[in-house]
Amino acid sequence: MRNFKRIIALILVLMMSLSLIACGNATNETVTPVEPAESEPTTEPQPDPAAESGKVLNIWGWNTEFQGLFEKYFVEAGLLPDDVEVKFTIVPSDDNAYQNALDEALQNQENVSNNEKIDLFLIEADYALKYVDSPYTLNIIKDVGLTASDIAGQYKYTQDIVTDSAGSIKGTSWQATPGLFAYRRSIAKEVLGTDDPAQVQEALSTWDKFYKVAEQAHAKGYKMLSGYDDSYRTFSNNVSTPWVDADNNIIIDDNIVKWIEQTKEFTDKGYNNKSSLWDDQWAADQGPGGKVFGFFYSTWGINFTLLGNALETPLPEGVTATSNPVAFKEATEGNGIFGDYGVVEGPQNYYWGGSWLCAAAGSDNLDLVQEIMRTMTCDKDTLTTITKDTQDFTNNIEAMESLAADDNFASAFLGGQNHIKLFVESATGIDMSNISPYDQGLNEEIQTAFRDYFNGTVDYETALNNFHTAAIEKYPDLNRPD
Amino acid sequence: MSGLKQIGPNFVGLENYKTILFDSDLPKYASNTIIIWLLGFIPQIIISLTLAIWFTSVRLKLKFTGFFKTVIYMPNLIMAAAFSMLFWALFSDIGPINNLLVALGHEPFSFMQSVWGNRGLIALMNFLMWFGNTTILLMAGVMGIDNSILEAAQIDGANAWQTFWHVTIPSIKPILVYVFLTSLIGGIQMFDVPQVLTNSEGGPNRTSMTMIMYLNKHLFSKNFGLAGSLSVILFIITSILSFIVYRNLTEKQPKNNDLTNQRVKGGTK
Repeated sequence: MRNFKRIIALILVLMMSLSLIACGNATNETVTPVEPAESEPTTEPQPDPAAESGKVLNIWGWNTEFQGLFEKYFVEAGLLPDDVEVKFTIVPSDDNAYQNALDEALQNQENVSNNEKIDLFLIEADYALKYVDSPYTLNIIKDVGLTASDIAGQYKYTQDIVTDSAGSIKGTSWQATPGLFAYRRSIAKEVLGTDDPAQVQEALSTWDKFYKVAEQAHAKGYKMLSGYDDSYRTFSNNVSTPWVDADNNIIIDDNIVKWIEQTKEFTDKGYNNKSSLWDDQWAADQGPGGKVFGFFYSTWGINFTLLGNALETPLPEGVTATSNPVAFKEATEGNGIFGDYGVVEGPQNYYWGGSWLCAAAGSDNLDLVQEIMRTMTCDKDTLTTITKDTQDFTNNIEAMESLAADDNFASAFLGGQNHIKLFVESATGIDMSNISPYDQGLNEEIQTAFRDYFNGTVDYETALNNFHTAAIEKYPDLNRPD
Repeated sequence: MSGLKQIGPNFVGLENYKTILFDSDLPKYASNTIIIWLLGFIPQIIISLTLAIWFTSVRLKLKFTGFFKTVIYMPNLIMAAAFSMLFWALFSDIGPINNLLVALGHEPFSFMQSVWGNRGLIALMNFLMWFGNTTILLMAGVMGIDNSILEAAQIDGANAWQTFWHVTIPSIKPILVYVFLTSLIGGIQMFDVPQVLTNSEGGPNRTSMTMIMYLNKHLFSKNFGLAGSLSVILFIITSILSFIVYRNLTEKQPKNNDLTNQRVKGGTK
């Protein structure tokens, strides 16, 4: 009996110690998935005629923006076949949650039934390359079936973002997202003596001038910006190197350092309100009680986020510019500071965000996906309507230029300004050459890490160290620079 | 690119343990965890003991004890994440607590951006959630004491404090050990409250990052090798701490009863 006990104990000890020496992850060898090889997608999409295919269209995204547009301009336009059910899966993008969920689903694509397979998913500029450079996305021309003339009217940069290293275009977008500086007309009048966009632009055309206006605004009791990250994109989208070099080292660009220096100075001098992007304070600063001169915002931000935040009484549930234009007009006009914002180019050209549609490898609804991509991202009439309805800047050069030249087109929210005119000019200056697949995670982490520095909780070195720690936690294959 | 293309697994031997132990901020996160746990546990054990004595005291004859026993247990029923979310909203920069501060003529205080504000809130939540539970456990212990021992002490002239310190505490030692151990293990496993309150960032300068939050970061990046070795280390730390606590609090008893113990052992053979 005793011996038996000893043997059992020995086996247990052995088993436990074996489990202690586990497999690891420390090296950078990557194993590409066995699943769809580069050439495979062309053969795989041919659906098995016997299988129950094409009944459910699965679309993944991180917010409901596309869902709204899709329902209005595709489903309501009668383009969706009757026997197809559309299923949206929305996972918020905070802390990489959307990408993690999507990665898992894409990797599982071949193990699930046709009705569960992802057909279409949305990606953001910040991590577009990650999906574009993978076998999980289909070439929109060769595999999905769009033609070169379909996409000829789009802004070139929106195609560059989703072009993989072999030169094939793997996604398409209904919007282009040049950025502008949205300012409060009433505050500009008090600080600069004018609210005329041309003159305000003159006063803000360089960072030096911007700084001077911040000083003036401060003297009058206003803040120039709301928080730490407001100007981040104007710097980060004008970097001269990507975040990560060929050897997986993290590189902090001079332009990012400039953002850190400027923000620290603004914070110390009280030129900003110490908020962070998307927090309550930041949103409140954009509303009627706000004392902030202006916000850096790109297309979608002005017409969706800024507009929503500027209202005194929030929009009724479910009312958007597209779903119920009459109710929208009634609910917004005269509400809060609707009409008090104006837009100018600001000190620097930049873009921010943007969503792209990708067809997932293994999709069983490719014809429908092709139709959706053509209607939602290539069709000039649909895109013109979207811009007219939502004031969003859509991805059709011809349509946008004709609206820019249209004297009757104006945004009531922006005090009757034709913002499309500014966007058209700004869109041509967008430079996409320095994006990396890691942008989303690293942009998020550097903003978080340096918040402590701006607050005065830690010094520069500690913040930098925290940034590196967090970055490597998120992307274990990256290296900390020496 | 981590995430979409799988990295590894590669056999690296004990490399991951080396990284975690010598090349990471684990000691910092361990001390964060212990500090926050102590901040919550010390007031918790004091209040719980006091309440347990009051609720069971025959002399005090408190009214509505049943009601209070229910009320103090209530926070434990709320999901920790929801509770944390509530605090996050209450104490945010433009939340009701700061509105109140401003209304009272104070400067608004940024709780989430202050090291001790953050740790304090987490400790406060842990305290609120668990003191009811601890009180009920300790009450069970106190009620188990034979009343005649307390009476004997009083007849011998012991005052309330002496009775408490020399009779009650030694008598409920096993329950105390249990409370201490479970709380300690719960403290090491602290996760949801700070995770939600600090939006998984661990507060300013990572001062509220607990060990499990750190583990979660690795799991989130699918860095399973490091995450696995960290879990094993956590298991070992928990075992060692439990062993120390258990030994320290129980070793005296068997010594006093050496003779009886041997007799009892002999009896069962």
